[in-house]
Amino acid sequence: MKIKVLYFAGLREQVGSRGEDLDVPPGVTTVAGVRALLQSRGGPWQSALAQSRAVRIAVNQEMAAATTLVRAGDELAFFPPVTGG
Amino acid sequence: MTVRVQTEDFDAGAEIAALRRGNPKIGAVASFIGVARDVNDGDSVSTLTLEHYPGMTEKALEGIVAEARARWDVIELLVVHRVGEIKPTEQIVLVVVAGAHRGEAFAACEFVMDYLKTRAPFWKKEETPKGARWVDARESDDEAAERWAPGKSSAA
Repeated sequence: MKIKVLYFAGLREQVGSRGEDLDVPPGVTTVAGVRALLQSRGGPWQSALAQSRAVRIAVNQEMAAATTLVRAGDELAFFPPVTGG
Repeated sequence: MTVRVQTEDFDAGAEIAALRRGNPKIGAVASFIGVARDVNDGDSVSTLTLEHYPGMTEKALEGIVAEARARWDVIELLVVHRVGEIKPTEQIVLVVVAGAHRGEAFAACEFVMDYLKTRAPFWKKEETPKGARWVDARESDDEAAERWAPGKSSAA
């Protein structure tokens, strides 16, 4: 299935991308699954999305959990903990 | 508009006057202004750059405003948050809450800021003599938001 992925702030700089259209293989059905898929690219992807890093993930512009299901056409966003205000 | 994200500065006095105009039910206005400082974590800061997630930012802020309205008797509530480059002494964020009485206005204003700091997708990058760096989230901000959770006495 196809999804849209966005990256923000320090994470965007680390992976060197603002976002992309991603074709997700069958079997990847959750937020954690997409994170693992991106991590498997290695290099900065592996380090920026490592489990030890505080990464927040939104699905369709709402905060999501690792177990949140991902469906075709969803917009996922990966970013560090927020620091506004 | 209850929620605005903008690059330009704001005039708190004009915003409050517009929000109060002609409403005799309002007896209290509480406001908060967040301002850029010239120092953070021991280093001088020459410029802040605020990034955000267009679309989600507005949704998140509107969700926070809706929750504040559900928890307190609020008549008017405004949030203005700037993005882009901001210099020390410049304003970053404005929250205004108008209600019948001060207690609800103070509480709702503090709640909106605590939730904004931990839930609205903004990120600060600061320019220092050591180079540019992203500001780390603070645990004290999580703790400030946590005390509004249902069942916590300090949120009463």
